[in-house]
Amino acid sequence: MRSLFPLLLAITLAPFIQGVINRTKAFVAGRTGPPLAQPYHDLWKLIRKGAVYSQTTTWLFRAGPVVGLAATICAAALLPFGAFPAAMAFSGDLILLAYLFALARFFIVVAALDTGSSFEGMGASREVTFSALAEPALFLGIAALARQTGHLSLTSVLAAISTGTWMHAAPALSLTIGALMIVFLAENARIPVDDPATHLELTMIHEVMVLDHSGPDFAMIQYAAALKMWLLGALIIAIAFPWHTDNPWLDGIAGLTGMLALGIITGVIESSMARLRLVRVPQLLIAAIVLSGLALALVPK
Amino acid sequence: MNQLVDAVLVLLILTGFLLLGSSRLAACIRAVAIQGLLLGFLAIAIQDGQLTVVGTLLPLVSATVKGFLLPWLLFRAMREADTVREVEPFISYNLSIMIGAVGLALSLWLGQHLRLPSQPESSVLVPAALFTILAGLIVTVSRRKAITQVVGYLALENGIYAFGAAVALEMPILVELGILLDVLVGVFVMGIAIFHINRQFDHIDTGRLTSLTDRVR
Repeated sequence: MRSLFPLLLAITLAPFIQGVINRTKAFVAGRTGPPLAQPYHDLWKLIRKGAVYSQTTTWLFRAGPVVGLAATICAAALLPFGAFPAAMAFSGDLILLAYLFALARFFIVVAALDTGSSFEGMGASREVTFSALAEPALFLGIAALARQTGHLSLTSVLAAISTGTWMHAAPALSLTIGALMIVFLAENARIPVDDPATHLELTMIHEVMVLDHSGPDFAMIQYAAALKMWLLGALIIAIAFPWHTDNPWLDGIAGLTGMLALGIITGVIESSMARLRLVRVPQLLIAAIVLSGLALALVPK
Repeated sequence: MNQLVDAVLVLLILTGFLLLGSSRLAACIRAVAIQGLLLGFLAIAIQDGQLTVVGTLLPLVSATVKGFLLPWLLFRAMREADTVREVEPFISYNLSIMIGAVGLALSLWLGQHLRLPSQPESSVLVPAALFTILAGLIVTVSRRKAITQVVGYLALENGIYAFGAAVALEMPILVELGILLDVLVGVFVMGIAIFHINRQFDHIDTGRLTSLTDRVR
């Protein structure tokens, strides 16, 4: 029962991080901002609405949000939190994690293309271009961790990273965190890559793909996005705050504090940076690949 | 102590990528200046607590020259020559970074296979040095402006300095000071040369200097 804890935590608290980010952005800008639970209200509002389907769309359009959410929830079952092991753990599940994200993305992209709208096609093209560069960075980063700890399952990899690992491999771990942070910002459509607040189709990447979804479908997409952000964030936090005390609840609280800090940091990054020009985004992602590649190379044999 | 050396070397590699990827001339000069400071720090950190007066002073002097004096000279040359602040590369920044990544892989491979007379302090030292040399080389050949070529030359020298730290901990003071003086004079001369090229031709675009010829066309 205890191993279901990370999954339940992710499912219940995922939208909360978005609330923290929005609140931080509002605070930096000198506004009060929406309440922390605003994402939950938004989701609830969307669920109660009806969905509108264009006559040009097929079953793919309806399958997109469902598969996207299902794949992301499966990914959530693979990731441990604090001292709590994941609901599922087997050798090689770190590859499955990356591919579950890819599966979710594939179906969202296919659903966007299914509408036949040129805007959505443009967004899909951008999303695929950038994620093709973000994925090697994620893979190399995870590979560096796997090689560092000698395990192939996320639960044991993240359990093996401790303050002792930091003592003898700080450069490699910091490079991995840097790379994963860039992947985190890119995959979740945050500011240096994509602006979640804008509704100018010309500059949007993620938002433009989901323009035609409405009601519960849109809620599923939003919720899956929040969940993905929680998962990538939890991965970073597990590396950055690897304290293992004897009390698992204490570790859990440390992890939650870390997630809160990550939300605040993301909010500060978003407030202090401008969105990069689209041609510069691949450069940032290639830099992430280089960072994680270097981390992999630094790991002693 | 090895942790610290490793961290400095990783930062050295990252500044190399910064040099390859930044589009602003000022950012490139700053990257090389940071490299100079890092190398001074590296030379002190690598001695592992057995510091001598000369062993401390020399890196400090070198860091001051490379971290402050040379960048100042370059910024001056940049101002005097009234250059556009962009780097104007022959190849795209993404391609530069990717070539750099290939260069890094090559350096890592070489670092494992190169037989050295003495075991270096850190396994990353030789790759980092070789990569800095390669990054300097890439910047020298792939950028259009004369100033970027000086910057590339400085990165090259930084790489050689780092390599020196890898192979010979105890380089004679005279040799080291001589190299420092050479670099200083070199940058001085290049600064003056850039100024004159600029005054003569109204630009410092090396791509267009190839059309210089005695033949009457």
